Amino acid sequence: MKPVLAVEDLTVTIGTRRGPAHAVAGVDWAVRPGETLALVGESGSGKSMSVLAATGLAPRTARVTGRVHLHDTELTGLTEERRRRLRGRHIGFVFQDPMTSLNPVLTVGRQVTEAAEEHLALTRRAARSRAVELLDLVGIPSAGQRVDAYPHQFSGGMRQRVVIAMALACEPDLLIADEPTTALDVTTQAQIVELVADLQQRLGTAVVWITHDLGVVAGIADTVAVMYGGRILEQGPVDAVFGAPSHPYTGALLAARPDPAAGGGDLVTIAGAPPSPLDLPAGCAFWPRCPVRGDARCEHELPPLVPVSAGHQVRTFYPKPSDGERR
Amino acid sequence: MARFVIRRLLQSAVVLLGVTVVVFLLLQLVPGDPVRVALGTRFDPQTYEALRARAGLDQPLVVQYFDYLRRALTGDLGVSFRSGRPVTAIVLERLPATLSLAVTAVVFAMLIAFPLGIVSAIRSGSLVDHAARVFSQFGVSVPDFWMGIMGILLFSGVLGWLPPSGYVALTEDPGRWASHVALPAATVGLVTASILTRFIRSSMLEVLSEDYVRTAEAKGLRTRVVVLRHVLRNALIPVVTVVAVQLASLLGGVIVIEVLFAWPGIGRLTYDAVAARDYPVLQGAVLLVAALFLLVNLLVDVLYARLDPRITVK
Repeated sequence: MKPVLAVEDLTVTIGTRRGPAHAVAGVDWAVRPGETLALVGESGSGKSMSVLAATGLAPRTARVTGRVHLHDTELTGLTEERRRRLRGRHIGFVFQDPMTSLNPVLTVGRQVTEAAEEHLALTRRAARSRAVELLDLVGIPSAGQRVDAYPHQFSGGMRQRVVIAMALACEPDLLIADEPTTALDVTTQAQIVELVADLQQRLGTAVVWITHDLGVVAGIADTVAVMYGGRILEQGPVDAVFGAPSHPYTGALLAARPDPAAGGGDLVTIAGAPPSPLDLPAGCAFWPRCPVRGDARCEHELPPLVPVSAGHQVRTFYPKPSDGERR
Repeated sequence: MARFVIRRLLQSAVVLLGVTVVVFLLLQLVPGDPVRVALGTRFDPQTYEALRARAGLDQPLVVQYFDYLRRALTGDLGVSFRSGRPVTAIVLERLPATLSLAVTAVVFAMLIAFPLGIVSAIRSGSLVDHAARVFSQFGVSVPDFWMGIMGILLFSGVLGWLPPSGYVALTEDPGRWASHVALPAATVGLVTASILTRFIRSSMLEVLSEDYVRTAEAKGLRTRVVVLRHVLRNALIPVVTVVAVQLASLLGGVIVIEVLFAWPGIGRLTYDAVAARDYPVLQGAVLLVAALFLLVNLLVDVLYARLDPRITVK
């Protein structure tokens, strides 16, 4: 099946006072209809920026190169006006903090349907009944009355449901969820994850889920891409990557997950800090923190992305041998 | 909403009462004897005492105040020491001139400040933005009387397009009213526009960096819709206060400008009343200005509630 959105060799360079920041330094990924791709990484790894830049939402000071295909349309070469017509229509967005991503002075109904009014030329009346329908779809009780309420009259979880309804207003082929559960409490997190998974099944939408929560990834994603220092270090089917992590970073990341069964022991951490996008290392970005450090190439030469098994690729000179049976 | 307005009106009445006390007491502290001034060279002790008694100035302060208040409540603000005419009439006849100058100036200011502030925020760092900042720096630093004089020299002296001073009532001749109000309103409005432009620009910039603006962009809305529906509506909330403060202070009279343009407004009246120690007129003028201030504040509160649903008018 052809991908809904495919990103090839995407780079994002942001001009700053201290020189160019390489937020994304060459990234390839693709998401197919009905599939969920998880982009995983620490803050500043470039996971959000790669998605924002691909869809034309990068800051004005950013320079974006590479190719981005939404179905058969190449996006990076388009004018902003053409890209605008595709955003919201074919791609829906859910952002991190529902407390700030809704406009406080407009009713939720208005905000849910304004994309549909813009792209599908709905009348105000049709838009209103569509708003009720959408709010109902995302599980907001008595949607008929709540449609005229303002965001501050909703709880955090309910607001995030509103944002999801908003993203789905034009029945997009792709939903981009940028850490949609980070700002919510744990029980609400689970509800939102379930809601998105359920809607995805019913509507057949492809989802790009940006997160640093590995637990969520294991639960909902089909494929995962682990990002670090603006590049993908490892990507492939979730079972393969999580079952047999091949990159030392992925291994360290999985080991750093708190394990409730182990009781109250110390949490495992990865020593050091991620590289600054202003000064990316010449070789492997993870080299300064890497427990392996095989030879001088690691420091001076960028490792290529090499396959380890079907669809599973890793960017290191020292991939951990895959033992596919271990789960 | 009606209950909110009524409650705010009652609160305003209390504030106004406080204003009468302060104004009354303050004037007692001002040196100079109004009766002496009124008599001038015709002074003799008998007439002096008789006049003092007629004005009630020989009574204790508290009695004088309550006497003043009782009559004020019936619309009688006393009689001018200078002309002997009722203060209420004197003050009210100055209102149209002040209102027309203040409102025209604020409208003029908004017509400049909104487009300029919005564009310079959206295109921040551009040529337009720099030009706008130079303009507003100029507007706030150049004294208004100098700008007024330059305006008279250019538009009246050199070009001969506008009269140099004077006032014609709007009801009398709208065309001549407009030609007379243009220069003073532009002079005052330019200062107001400079202040407003800065506020609108910074308020817009703040809102532009909000998450919900990115959400609006992610929906693929047109720039015009994002700016007007999402950014401006939120940016307006703090701007309304600034517009109101500017309007209220203009209603209080722009003394220098009114004197310069021979504009018979409240500012001019206050100036003359102070010079002549005409206490009743001064009290009346201050009271009217305070009432106008309170009215503008009430309007702002109502407007706030309309702009921001998080504010409830209960």
